[in-house]
Amino acid sequence: MSDDYQPQSAVAKWIDKRLPIVTLFSGHLMQFPTPKNLNYWWTFGGILTFCLITQIITGLVLAMHYIADANLAFASVEHIMRDVNYGWLLRYIHATGASMFFIAVYLHMARSLFYGSYKEPRELIWIIGVFIFLLMVATAFMGYVLPWGQMSFWGATVITNLFSAVPFFGEAITNWLWGDYSVSGALLTRFFTLHYLMPFLIFGLVILHIWALHVPGNNNPEGIDVVKGQDTVPFHPHYVVKDVLALVVFMIIFAGFVFFSPNILGHSDNYIQANPLQTPEHIVPEWYFLPFYAILRAIPDKLGGVIAMVSAIAILAFIPWLDSSKVRSCKYRPLYRQFYWILIIDFIVLGYLGAQPATGIYLILGRLATLYYFLHFILVMPLIGYIEKPKPLPKSISEPVLSKEEQLAKSGQMA
Amino acid sequence: MLKIKNIFLSLLLSIFTSFAFAAGEMHEPMHPDWSFQGPLGKFERAELQRGYQVYTEVCSSCHSMDLLSYRNLIQEGGPEFSEKQVKAMAAMFEVEAGPDADGEMFMRPAILSDKFVSPWKNEQEGRISNGGAYPPDLSVMVKARPGGADYLYSLLLGYEDETPEGITLDDGVYYNIYAKNQKIAMPQVIYEDGVEYTDGTAATEVQMARDVTAFLAWSAEPKLEERKRIGFKVIIYLIILSFLLYFTNKRIWKDTSH
Ligand code: HEC
Ligand code: HEM
Repeated sequence: MSDDYQPQSAVAKWIDKRLPIVTLFSGHLMQFPTPKNLNYWWTFGGILTFCLITQIITGLVLAMHYIADANLAFASVEHIMRDVNYGWLLRYIHATGASMFFIAVYLHMARSLFYGSYKEPRELIWIIGVFIFLLMVATAFMGYVLPWGQMSFWGATVITNLFSAVPFFGEAITNWLWGDYSVSGALLTRFFTLHYLMPFLIFGLVILHIWALHVPGNNNPEGIDVVKGQDTVPFHPHYVVKDVLALVVFMIIFAGFVFFSPNILGHSDNYIQANPLQTPEHIVPEWYFLPFYAILRAIPDKLGGVIAMVSAIAILAFIPWLDSSKVRSCKYRPLYRQFYWILIIDFIVLGYLGAQPATGIYLILGRLATLYYFLHFILVMPLIGYIEKPKPLPKSISEPVLSKEEQLAKSGQMA
Repeated sequence: MLKIKNIFLSLLLSIFTSFAFAAGEMHEPMHPDWSFQGPLGKFERAELQRGYQVYTEVCSSCHSMDLLSYRNLIQEGGPEFSEKQVKAMAAMFEVEAGPDADGEMFMRPAILSDKFVSPWKNEQEGRISNGGAYPPDLSVMVKARPGGADYLYSLLLGYEDETPEGITLDDGVYYNIYAKNQKIAMPQVIYEDGVEYTDGTAATEVQMARDVTAFLAWSAEPKLEERKRIGFKVIIYLIILSFLLYFTNKRIWKDTSH
């Protein structure tokens, strides 16, 4: 891909001879041959990179003013909001940014699921993605604890208590985690350290993710292999500009939240300082955790609930082998496509149920939706590959394009 | 182990049962028009200034506002009192300072950089003076309740002379339509002519509740005006940029069939 590239300026040549970093970037970010038929669902990779960098930069500056101490944390966040220059902006970008990050990652995963981007030869890209998602979950959870409001404290209490479900060692593990006999300042300082660290681990995984991606190259909406040259365009400027366009539209929505309703995605209880003696009326996690929260509560047993919740993410790592179909894109999978949408609806229903009380009809629905979630992966995915008769695949990605034009030309002749 | 389990179970229980409470036992608050609503909303200086007066003369005997300093009253986007006014207002409060050269603490009048003086030395003193209920700090109160300003305003006006039948009130608990379970440990504090406004506005109950709520909305979100002003520019800029990119993108892809 980059064999034909030669650095132009003398400085670039000098550097590149000693450290071929210019060639590396040029190869991967400029000339990289990219299928020409990618749609806007492919722009979320770039958007996610933007989100990560935004979180890191705003987070670094927040960390300069934030104080990880049970007595001071809440006031230090308010100090950021009131006295630090543009501190309110930094904090609102960081807090809203976490939500935007999850919106983007969910769409990115849904895209991969629809177009079969997890299948051979891209299994590792997908699996690294699952790990990135796991780390994001952990990072966002710990970040939410830092302002040390009521929801921070009680959310941390509920979730860290889950570890006590571990047989035999449960209590020891929880106490070790807390560094105390309950959630306290000791937990806050270690969560801050980890919250600081993890985004950089994510960053490392993102590099592996892209590295792995650049071996086979992008999948595409047709889900078939591309012929280099005929079916591809250089990444720059075609996809650089398209990605930036999508990013700017994304930023408009992002800015809408940051500047005009910065608190709508959070919970008002988190503006009350943590109080270990007063349990809030209801403890709800951030919206992006709700589907998994619903799965946790669907199981009547605590340990079982934890296992189900962890499995709900872990199972994703196995779908390259659970899906028995050779066809990648759902465009050509008439039967599986239906189940794809049922899964998406199921996940949204789980999210809704995660915010409801786990009683009566909600509990029953939650259990059914949880059951279906797992059935989709362990039953529907393997089976449909055998039953389904996929639609005929185009010979190359240029073909459907050409034939569309040919059709146009033909209809022109006929008129 | 058992203790943790119990805490955990009672926690889960509280999650599960809470929604029923929240839904059934709160009343939808009133929705007056606020000048600071909407994408272009701003605070009204006079309203905030009157609100500060209500806070100081009525609420501050029970509620602290720890996150505010007197200097905040001068800042742009707030009540925007003059520096001279605020210096005089601060000087009406006393704060402990020191130690002096002899190692003694002493009292001095508050200055601009001091935090709002709290009515209580500590939470215990606040509780014992209010029949066990601690009057919470009001600095971010508007953001700390689901209904925000609407809820606070309604709560202040939600007291009725007659307690409906079937509701029994403990000592020091009052009937309020908008409070949770219609019960609150704060007495009615807003009464007609409870303050004499320096700007001559008639101090009706509605007026006072409005003014003090607006003041608390500002104290919870002191950068609201700046935020909306910048946000407006940012969004316009991004929209223009997205148009430019749209056409650039079109141009770049012109010759590629896809
Ligand atoms: C006599 C003391 C007293 C005065 C004066 C007073 N309050 Fe309160 N306030 C309380 C107490 C006590 C509580 C706690 C109530 C409870 O926990 O049930 C409270 C609670 C509140 C709450 C929280 C309600 C909730 O949802 O938890 C708000 C808001 C409030 N007061 C606003 C005000 C405002 C505004 C003023 C001035 C106009 C004021 N208070 C004056 C004693 C007072
Ligand atoms: C994957 C990237 C990240 C995510 C998803 C994330 C998420 C979050 C969330 C949800 C909060 C709570 C926001 C609130 O309600 O106030 C938070 C707070 C915080 N984060 Fe991050 N964060 C990320 C990266 C970082 C980094 C890299 C740093 C530091 C170098 C950092 C430093 C902080 C600090 C100091 C706070 C507390 C201040 C506050 O609450 O606003 N974050 N983070």
